[in-house]
Amino acid sequence: MVTIAAIIYEPGNSIKNKTGTWRTFRPILDNEKCVKCENCYIFCPEGAIQEDENGNFKIDYDYCKGCLICMNECPVNAITKVREEK
Amino acid sequence: METMCEVKVITGTSAAAEAAKLADVDVIAAYPITPQTTCVEKLAEFVANGELDAEYIKVESEHSAMSACIGAAATGARTFTATASQGLALMHEMLFIASGMRLPIVMMVANRALSAPINIWNDHQDSIAERDSGWIQIYVEDNQETLDSIIQAYKIAENEDVLLPVMVCLDGFILTHTVEPVTIPKAERVREFLGVYEPKHAYLDPDRPITQGPVGVPDCYMETRKQIEEAMERAKKVIRDVNEEFAEWFKRKYGNGLVEAYNLDNADTVLVAMGSVCGTIKYVIDELKKEGKNVGLLRIRAFRPFPKEDVKELLKDANNIAVLDKNISLGFNKGALGIEMASILKNKKVCNYIVGLGGRDIKIDDIKTIINHVEKAEDDSTLWVGLKE
Repeated sequence: MVTIAAIIYEPGNSIKNKTGTWRTFRPILDNEKCVKCENCYIFCPEGAIQEDENGNFKIDYDYCKGCLICMNECPVNAITKVREEK
Repeated sequence: METMCEVKVITGTSAAAEAAKLADVDVIAAYPITPQTTCVEKLAEFVANGELDAEYIKVESEHSAMSACIGAAATGARTFTATASQGLALMHEMLFIASGMRLPIVMMVANRALSAPINIWNDHQDSIAERDSGWIQIYVEDNQETLDSIIQAYKIAENEDVLLPVMVCLDGFILTHTVEPVTIPKAERVREFLGVYEPKHAYLDPDRPITQGPVGVPDCYMETRKQIEEAMERAKKVIRDVNEEFAEWFKRKYGNGLVEAYNLDNADTVLVAMGSVCGTIKYVIDELKKEGKNVGLLRIRAFRPFPKEDVKELLKDANNIAVLDKNISLGFNKGALGIEMASILKNKKVCNYIVGLGGRDIKIDDIKTIINHVEKAEDDSTLWVGLKE
């Protein structure tokens, strides 16, 4: 249910709003090519790239808006793009 | 109680200022514009004299005046402003934000024509142009009603079933600069009648952080618009109830709050109008009655929310309906009220009369011309009355 005037009464609603649906291009990270430089993790404006327990970087597609800054910043071209077609 | 009231001979703008003082407003943000200026000048005087304990914010434009009112109302303050014509047009953007944020701001609008050519005199084009802004619009007939309606406006706007801003519209110069005896109720009585504004839905409080006016994505925007429409529908009952309650407290009432019926019983010919011209129409109706001719008046007091049900019911027996508009939808050759009435009264003869634009006098003979025209008209038509040859 939408609150009156869409007022937000609880903090943290950006988690609820899955902005991944806005994406036109999906970045694909190839962990074989990745040198773990952390550039993608640092430059991602959404904080949608995190390092997992094995030291691999993963993109959270629930929140990745597909800006492809990570692809631009990757020094070894480990990130490529595919058009979202559902 | 009422015998203890003071009667002052004052202008419409002074009556509005007295009402804002009686409502004990917390914040006033305003920018001067003819013919509204004397209202906020009076309020500045009240604040400077210590008669009213309020923040008086002097701003650089009407856009800023409404912005300041929005900010103040968002903290839970009771706010007031006043404007007219170009000033209201400059507020346009912020009007939608005030209603969209559901802030019960009350504003006096001194109805004045829009430029060009530049014209400081009365018509309703300025507030009619804001018809779809989500503001409740009340059009008053005289200075007493100006004072009473502004007090009522806070009670309506702050009602939890409504939570919408209200414009109280009075005719520039005809009311704003004309003195009439106005009964001023006791301040304590008004404060008791209104109570304290304690918003539950929206107020800034460091202990309860909230976000007001967020991005309304396609997933929620449409629902917020529907909520306003539903609040407008509920406002009809609230306006009626407040009118009744006000009558109990202060012994004055205005029709049923939404409309006022004057001599409607057995009247085949009925004029429909808003604002001070209704005083002239009532005079003509009384004169015609002496000659044995029966004509009625339906005064629309609330233009938004529009009293569709009342109009249908009260005009069910009338055959000649003459709608007077002090505004014109250019390119459609009808005024806003004429368009509404035609959409409600589908199987009736509804003629539209464009009158009084830019302060053109509406004379007794003009009202008689309208009555003669509507009675002879074979079908719906629009006539501009008072044009020069």
